[in-house]
Amino acid sequence: MSKGDAQGCLKKSGGLQERDASANASSSPVIAAFKVFQQELDTKHDKHERLVKISRDITIESKRTIFLLHRVTSVTDVESILKESDVKLDLVRRKIAQIAEELKGEDIYQFHRAFTAGIQEYVEAVSFQHYIRHRTLISLEEINAMLVFTEAQSTDAKEPAEEDAPPPTVTAVSAPPFQVIPSDYLLGVADLTGELMRMCIGSVGNGDIDTPFQLSQFLRQVHDGFSYIGNSGPYEVSKKLHTLRQSLAKVEDACYALRVAAAPRSPSTCWPTCSPAATP
Amino acid sequence: MSVTEMFADIQGFLSADQDIREDIRKVVQQLEQAAREILTLLQSVHQPTGFKEIPTKCAKAREMFCTVRTHMADLKTKFPAEQYYRFQEHWRFVLQRLAFLATFVGYLECEALVTREEAAKIIGIEVVREEGFHLGVEDYLAGVLIMASELSRLAVNSVTAGDYSRPLRISNFINELDSGFRLLNLKNDPLRKRYDGLKYDVKKIEEVVYDLSIRGLSKEPDNAGDK
Repeated sequence: MSKGDAQGCLKKSGGLQERDASANASSSPVIAAFKVFQQELDTKHDKHERLVKISRDITIESKRTIFLLHRVTSVTDVESILKESDVKLDLVRRKIAQIAEELKGEDIYQFHRAFTAGIQEYVEAVSFQHYIRHRTLISLEEINAMLVFTEAQSTDAKEPAEEDAPPPTVTAVSAPPFQVIPSDYLLGVADLTGELMRMCIGSVGNGDIDTPFQLSQFLRQVHDGFSYIGNSGPYEVSKKLHTLRQSLAKVEDACYALRVAAAPRSPSTCWPTCSPAATP
Repeated sequence: MSVTEMFADIQGFLSADQDIREDIRKVVQQLEQAAREILTLLQSVHQPTGFKEIPTKCAKAREMFCTVRTHMADLKTKFPAEQYYRFQEHWRFVLQRLAFLATFVGYLECEALVTREEAAKIIGIEVVREEGFHLGVEDYLAGVLIMASELSRLAVNSVTAGDYSRPLRISNFINELDSGFRLLNLKNDPLRKRYDGLKYDVKKIEEVVYDLSIRGLSKEPDNAGDK
C-alpha cells in the first residue's frame, strides 16, 4: 500500500517541475548539472516502479497458487491440482524472467527492495508445492535452477511449448537467470511454515490422521533450522521466527489432540483422572 | 540434502556476510574519524577570525582528504566490487558527509558548486557504478543539501564578522541550487526529506539579506569583503 502512496508523490512532484520550467530558462552550469541528475534519477525511479509492479503481480499470482494448493486436503485427485499449480508457477516464473531482464547489467541489491516481497511469496508458493509433492524442503539451489530462462520469455509465441513442459521448466540458457538471495529464501521458507500450519489444521478437519503428524515432524525440523540461524540472519528472520513458533505450537497441539482422541478411554479410570485415588 | 544441512549451508553464507560487514565497519569508522577531523577544521570558518584564513583552511582540508582517499582505497578491497549496493548502508552516511565536505571546501575556495565528478575525485572514488565504488547521485545531492544548511549558517556568521557582501553571494548561490533541486522528481525517500529542509535554509538567508538591505548595509560595495 505504501508503494502506491509513493507513486502518488511522484506525480505530485512532476507537477512541481512544470511550474519551474520558466525558472531554468536561464541555463547556468548548476541548472545544466541538475538536468543530468533529473534524468538519472528518473531512469532509476522508473526502473524501480516497473520492478515493484512486476513484484506485485508475482505476489498475487503466487498467493493464488497457494490457495489452489490448499485444496489438496479436500480433494482426492492431488495430481491434477499439482499440474494446475505448475502452470500457474510457470506464469510466475515468466514474470521473474522480466525482473531478470530489468536487472541485466545492474547491481541486484540496488533494486532488491523493489522485488523482495514478490520473490519471497514465490519461494513460499514453490516450496509449498514442492512439499506437497515430495514431502521435503526445497533447497535454494533447486529454486535457482528453475529460474534459468530461455531467450523467448518476452515473446508470447513460446507459451504453448512451455505449458506442457515438465515442472523444472525450461533449459537452454541465454536470457539472464535470476538468483534468489539466501535471505529471501529464508523469509519465504518462514512463510511456508504458516501455510503448512493451515494445511495441518485443514487436514485434521478432513479426518486425515497421518498428515498432521508428518507435518509436525517437518515443521519441527524447519523450526530447528531457524533456531540454529537465530538472529544472526536478517532482522526480518528473527521476527518471523516468533510466528513460526506459534504455528508449530498450534500443529503440536493438534497432534496432541489427535493422539488423545484416538486412544481408547480406559474403563478403570473414572471421570476426574487426576483424583488422588487414581495416582498411587 | 536434509533440512539441517540446508540450514547449515545458509548459516555459512550468513556468517561470511557478517565477516565482510565487520571488516567494512572497521574501515568506515576510520573514514568517519577522518571526516570529523576535516569538519572540525572547517568549522573555524564560522569564527570572526576565521574569515581571513579561509584559503589556508581550505588548503589544509585538501591535504586531509589524502587520508580519506587512503581509507577509501582500503574500503574498496573489503567487498566484491559489483556488490556495492549490498553493503551500501554501512558507508552511505559517511559518504554523504564526505560529499558535503568536498562541496563545502570547493564552495569556500571559488564560490561555485563542485560538480559530482570533482567531488568524487576529491573523495577518491568513481562517478559511474560500472567503474566501481562510486558517488551515487543521491549521495552527492544529499551532501550538497548539507552544504546548503552550512552556508545558511555561514551567511549569519559572516554578518556578525562584519562581512556584508558574502550573504548576498550565498543567497544567489542557494537560490540557484533551489531551482536546480526543483527540477528533480523526487520520490518519497530520504533525499526528498532532506530537500524539504532546504526551504528553511533559503528562508534564513533571505532574512539575513532582508536585514542587510533594510539597514542599508548591503549597499556598501565590497569594502568589507574578505578578499
